[in-house]
Amino acid sequence: MSAEGHDHEHSHEHEHHHKDTFITKYIFSIDHKMIAKQYLITGIIMGVIGVVMSMLFRMQLAWPEESFKIFNVLLGDKWAPNGVMANDIYLALVTIHGTIMVFFVLTAGLSGTFSNLLIPLQIGARDMASGFLNMISYWLFFLSSVIMVSSLFVESGPANAGWTIYPPLSALPQAISGSGAGMTLWLVSMALFIAASLMGSLNYIVTVINLRTKGMSMTRLPLTIWAFFVTAIIGVISFPVLLSAALLLIFDRSFGTSFFLSDIYIAGEVLHYQGGSPVLFEHLFWFLGHPEVYIIILPALGITSEIIATNSRKPIFGYRAMIMSILAIAFLSTIVWGHHMFVSGMNPFLGSVFTFTTLLIAIPSAVKAFNYITTLWKGNLQLNPAMLFSIGLVSTFITGGLTGIILGDSTLDINVHDTYFVVAHFHLVMGISALYGMFAGIYHWFPKMFGRMLNKNLGYVHFWVTAVCAYGVFFPMHFIGLAGLPRRYYTNTNFPLFDDLQNVNVLITTFALIGGAFQLVFLYNFFSSIFYGKKAVQNPWRSNTLEWTTPVEHIHGNWPGEIPEVHRWPYDYSNPAHDEDFVPQTVPMKEGEVVLHH
Amino acid sequence: MTSLLVIIVLVLLSIALWQLTKIFDLTQVGSIKDDSQVANDGDNNVQGYLMFGFLAFIYIFTIYGLIKWGPLVLHTPASKHGSMVDSLMNITWVLIFIVQAITQALVHYFSFKYRGNKSNKALYLADNNKLEVIWSGIPAIVLTGLILYGLYAWTDIMFVDKDEDTIEIELYAQQFKWTARYSGTDNVLGKANVRLIEGVNTLGVDLSDPNAQDDIVVSELHIPKGKKVHFKIRSQDVLHSAYFPHFRAQMNCVPGMVTEFAFEPVYTSDEYRAMPFMVEKVKKINDLRQAKSKELVANGLPALDPYTFDYLLLCNKICGASHYNMQMKVVVDTPEDFKTWLSDKPTLVQEVKAANAPKPVEGAIGADSTKTNDTAVIAKIAMK
Repeated sequence: MSAEGHDHEHSHEHEHHHKDTFITKYIFSIDHKMIAKQYLITGIIMGVIGVVMSMLFRMQLAWPEESFKIFNVLLGDKWAPNGVMANDIYLALVTIHGTIMVFFVLTAGLSGTFSNLLIPLQIGARDMASGFLNMISYWLFFLSSVIMVSSLFVESGPANAGWTIYPPLSALPQAISGSGAGMTLWLVSMALFIAASLMGSLNYIVTVINLRTKGMSMTRLPLTIWAFFVTAIIGVISFPVLLSAALLLIFDRSFGTSFFLSDIYIAGEVLHYQGGSPVLFEHLFWFLGHPEVYIIILPALGITSEIIATNSRKPIFGYRAMIMSILAIAFLSTIVWGHHMFVSGMNPFLGSVFTFTTLLIAIPSAVKAFNYITTLWKGNLQLNPAMLFSIGLVSTFITGGLTGIILGDSTLDINVHDTYFVVAHFHLVMGISALYGMFAGIYHWFPKMFGRMLNKNLGYVHFWVTAVCAYGVFFPMHFIGLAGLPRRYYTNTNFPLFDDLQNVNVLITTFALIGGAFQLVFLYNFFSSIFYGKKAVQNPWRSNTLEWTTPVEHIHGNWPGEIPEVHRWPYDYSNPAHDEDFVPQTVPMKEGEVVLHH
Repeated sequence: MTSLLVIIVLVLLSIALWQLTKIFDLTQVGSIKDDSQVANDGDNNVQGYLMFGFLAFIYIFTIYGLIKWGPLVLHTPASKHGSMVDSLMNITWVLIFIVQAITQALVHYFSFKYRGNKSNKALYLADNNKLEVIWSGIPAIVLTGLILYGLYAWTDIMFVDKDEDTIEIELYAQQFKWTARYSGTDNVLGKANVRLIEGVNTLGVDLSDPNAQDDIVVSELHIPKGKKVHFKIRSQDVLHSAYFPHFRAQMNCVPGMVTEFAFEPVYTSDEYRAMPFMVEKVKKINDLRQAKSKELVANGLPALDPYTFDYLLLCNKICGASHYNMQMKVVVDTPEDFKTWLSDKPTLVQEVKAANAPKPVEGAIGADSTKTNDTAVIAKIAMK
C-alpha cells in the first residue's frame, strides 16, 4: 500500500520511457497484461468454434434421422448434403471439438491468460522474465490456432480419428478420410502448440522462482501462483513426450517408418509396416494426456482458491495442505496414465499398478474439496458471479471426481471404458469445472484486465442457466453410458438395443442447446463491458493480493514507483487484529500480531 | 414434449432471475443507487437462496434420474465374473452417493447459510491439522478397501490359467466387421498373419500349420453356456475394441499383436431373453419402435422390424467412418446345441479347397500363379 501514494508522480515519468505504436502495443506486445488479453480473446474465439461444433453433433445424436438446414449452412454441400450430416464430418466435429476445448481453450485460453496476467502482478514483478519469449509463445499459439482452424477447410476434411489420434487410424488415409491432409495439419498445429506451451511454461517457472518481490517467500505466494507454477512444471515434463509421439507419427505417415504400425491389411493390400505398436503410441500420448487434465484443472483450482477466500472474507482453509495437495496431484499425475489403457492389451499386471496410483489421486483431491467447503463455513460470502462459478466448480469437481473412482478401478473400467459414462465423467470433472474456473477468473479479474466491471446481473443469469444445463447435459449421460452405449457413434439407430436411450439423448441435447445459447449472454457482457462497462475502482473485491495495488490503467512495469514489499500471507481476511475485513499483503505486521498459518 | 417443457422451465427460470435482480435494483432506487457491479447484501440474499434451491435441484434431479433412467442401465451380468464386477460396482455406487449427498449439501447449504451481510464478520480460521488428517485418512482407508477388492477381481478376470479348461476362439476385427475362428477339435488356433490373406482365407490363417487344419471360420459367434471361452483377439487394420456389454467384457483389438480376454457365459440367449427385466425392456423398446413405425408408414416408408433381444459384440474404439455399425450377433447355446451348431460347419481348409477346386468349364484356362501356389499348399496339407 505504501506505493499507492506515489501513483501520480511516477506514472507520467514511466510512460514516457516507451513510445508505443499500435503494433507494439496491441499486436507484437511484450507486456504480459496485453499478452494475457490476447490469449483470452483467442481462447474465447476458439471456444465459440468448439462449442458450436458440440451443438451440431449433439443435434445429430438427438435427431439422427432429421435434416437440418443449419448443418448445410455451416458444413456445406459436401459434408451435409440436404442438411443430413455425413458420418465422416460427425467424427471430425467430435475430434476437433475435443482438440480445441482441451488444448486451445482450457490449456491456452485458461492457463495462458491467467498465468500471464497474474504471475507478474501477484508476485510483484515488472513483467515476465522474458517478455520477448512470452510474445513468441503467444504468436506460435496463434499460428497453431490458425492452422487448426484452417484444417477444417481442406478437401478431404479435418482430422477425424478422435482427439486422441490413435494410429493406425490416424496414420492411414485409406482408413478414414480425415487422416489425409487434415491430420497433417493437426499434427503441425499441435507441434507448434507444444512449442508455444513450452516457451510459456519455462517463462512462468523462471519468473516465479526469480522475480518475486521482497518478502514474497514461497509460503506467501497466493495459491493461484502455486497452481500456475506447478502446472508449468507438469507441462515441461509431459508436453515434450506428446511432441515426440507427434513427430514419430509424422515419420510413420510420411516417411514409411514403423514406430506404431505393424501387420496391416487394408483396402485389399498388405502394407509394408512391420514391428511397431499402436500401444506404444497410447503410452506416449497418455503420458501427456493424463497430466494434461491436471494442466487444465490445477489453474482452475488455483483461481478458485483465490476467489473463494476473497469472497468468503476468510483465509483459505489449510493453505499448506492445499500446496501439498497440488504437489501430490502433480507428482501422481505423471504415474497414472495407464488407467486410460486398462483394456488396450497391455500386460494386466500394469493395470493393477495403475489402479493403485490412480485411486491414490482421490486423496489430495478430497483434501482440496474439503478445504474449500471448510473455507465457506462461517464465512461472510460475497456471492459475486466469480464466487458462484467457483462454488459451481467445487460442486462439479466433486460430482465428476467421484465417478473417477469407478473409471480408475481397472475391474470396473472394463465395462464402462469408452462409453458415454467416460464422456460424462471427464466433462464434469475437467471440462465444466475448468470452464467454471475460467469464467470465475474472467469475472474476477476483468477489472484488472480492462479497467471496467462486468455486469453482475448478466453474470448471475449466465451462471444459473449454465449450472442447470451443465448438470442437465452430463448427469443423464452417466445412465446411457451405464447402459453400454459406446461414444463416437454417429447414430445409434443400428442398435435397437439402444432405442430406449433416444429420449435421454434428446433431453441432453436440449439442455446443451439452451446452455450453449446462453453463453451469448456472457459474450455480450464481455465484449460490451470492455467498452461500456462501469469503470472499475482499484480494488473492487477488497482483495489482499498485489495485483490490486497496481493502478487501474495499465502501465509497463505494473507499478509506477517501487515494487511494493510483502509483509504477510495473502489470506488475511477478517483478521481480528485489524478493523477492515481484509489486510493486503503490503501491510506490515503489527507488533505482537500472530502469524496464523506457520 | 419433454424438451419443450424444459425450454419453458428454463425460460421462466431466467425471467424469474432477471426479475428478482431487477426488484432488488428497484428497492434501492430510493436510497443510494448501487451500480458498483459488486454483490451487495441484496444480491447475497437472492443468490444464497438460489444456492439452496440448486441443492434441491441436484437432489431432485438425481432421484428423478434414478427412477426414470435407472432401469435403462445394464442389468444382470451374463457372465460368471460379471457378478463380481457388478457387486464391486454397487458398493462403489453406495459410497459415491453417500459422499455426493453429504458434500453437495455442505457446499450449497454453507453458500446459503453464510451468505454475506454487512453486519457479519467471517471466522478467522486458517488451519486445523487434525481435520486435514481426518479427511485424508478416511478416503485413504476406504480407497484401500476398494483397491484391494478391485485388484482381487482384476487378477481373477484377466489372468487365465494355462491348465484351465477353456474353449479357444479367435475374434478377428476389420473395418467394419467381426469374424470368429474356432480352434476345432485340437482346441489350438493355427498361426495366422495378415500377409497370408488370400481369397476365402480372409483371416490370413497359415494353412500349412497343423493346428490350423480343423479351424472353422464363421460370422456369427456361438458360445456354450457354462464353459469358459478364451478369446484371442486380432485386428487386420486399425484399433478396434471387442465390447460385450452384457458379459462385462472388453478388450482392444490391436494390429500386430494378439490380445486376450476370457469369460464364462452363465445364461443362454433364451434364458436371458426370458428374464423379467429383459421382457420389460424389450416390450418398452418395441412400443417405441411401433410408435415410430406408425410415423414411418404414414410417410410411405417401411415399418421397423420388431426387436428381439440378442447378445451383441460391439466395436468400442473409433475405427473409421462406419464405426457406428460394427457389430456381431452373439448366441449363447446350451453345450449340446453348441456342439450341433459347430459340427456341421466346414473347416477353413475345406472352404479354401472348395473355392480353389477347378471349375468344370473354365478350369483349364485360368490357372494363374497364385492359384497354383494355393493348390500346392493344399496338396501339401492333404499329404499330411
